[in-house]
Amino acid sequence: MASTIRVRATSSGDATEVQALIQHPMDSGFVKDANGEIIPPHFIQQVTFEHDGTNVFVADWGTGVSEDPYVKFSFKGGNKGDDLKISWVDNKGGTDTITAKIQ
Amino acid sequence: MTVHHHGFPATRRLILKGAGSVVLVGLGNIPLGFVAVSAAANDKYPLDAFRQKSEAEAIKSLYGRTAEPSDEVKLEAPEIAENGAVVPISVTTTLADVTSISFLVADNPNALAASYTIPPGTMPSVANRLKMAKTSNVTAIVEAGGKLYSATREVKVTVGGCGG
Repeated sequence: MASTIRVRATSSGDATEVQALIQHPMDSGFVKDANGEIIPPHFIQQVTFEHDGTNVFVADWGTGVSEDPYVKFSFKGGNKGDDLKISWVDNKGGTDTITAKIQ
Repeated sequence: MTVHHHGFPATRRLILKGAGSVVLVGLGNIPLGFVAVSAAANDKYPLDAFRQKSEAEAIKSLYGRTAEPSDEVKLEAPEIAENGAVVPISVTTTLADVTSISFLVADNPNALAASYTIPPGTMPSVANRLKMAKTSNVTAIVEAGGKLYSATREVKVTVGGCGG
């Protein structure tokens, strides 16, 4: 089954840069559909990025994050071939996770 | 829809489910369907801060103190956002011992847009894409060495990003 998470983690020098793009509607709950009905909120609340057993980054998101959210950050350490695990959970209890290799 | 709870201890989930229900009771202005429970099951999701309307209340809820503007917080945002639904915003800082970075859009229905935990060894730089309902100040907050620093820029929005 295809993951909703696309990630590129590249190591150069002693730092690893991570870019993640996640497929998700990120409905804020403030938008009405064509019938004038509110589209219920449905958005990712937390994304964790784990390397070598610890979180290297945690994203807490609200309704102000764009659809198909993107985030970029860097952390020290991380070697080519290491695993980077990314997991998210949304306000409806939906989740997804992926483990990518640092390039 | 199947609900997955990877590795969350059952008792913690039970306790936090109770906490989630308590949170829901007092909310008069949250659209139906906003479920607090699953978020509360994760470490430290600042639910209360995301519920606040104003920037000041959100920062108070999140950090419990106020921020001072600092040149060392470098906020990058477009002067004009063509599409308020997707506005690229990033921040970096030369401050040391950064533990948290947050972004607020003052004139959004809820000012706090995103908050990031920066563990030791992670660079104090984040790039993300935010929704802006209309022209507004965007503020980046950096928590460093136990203090709060901020930078603010106005971003003009030609087409609002909240679908309204």
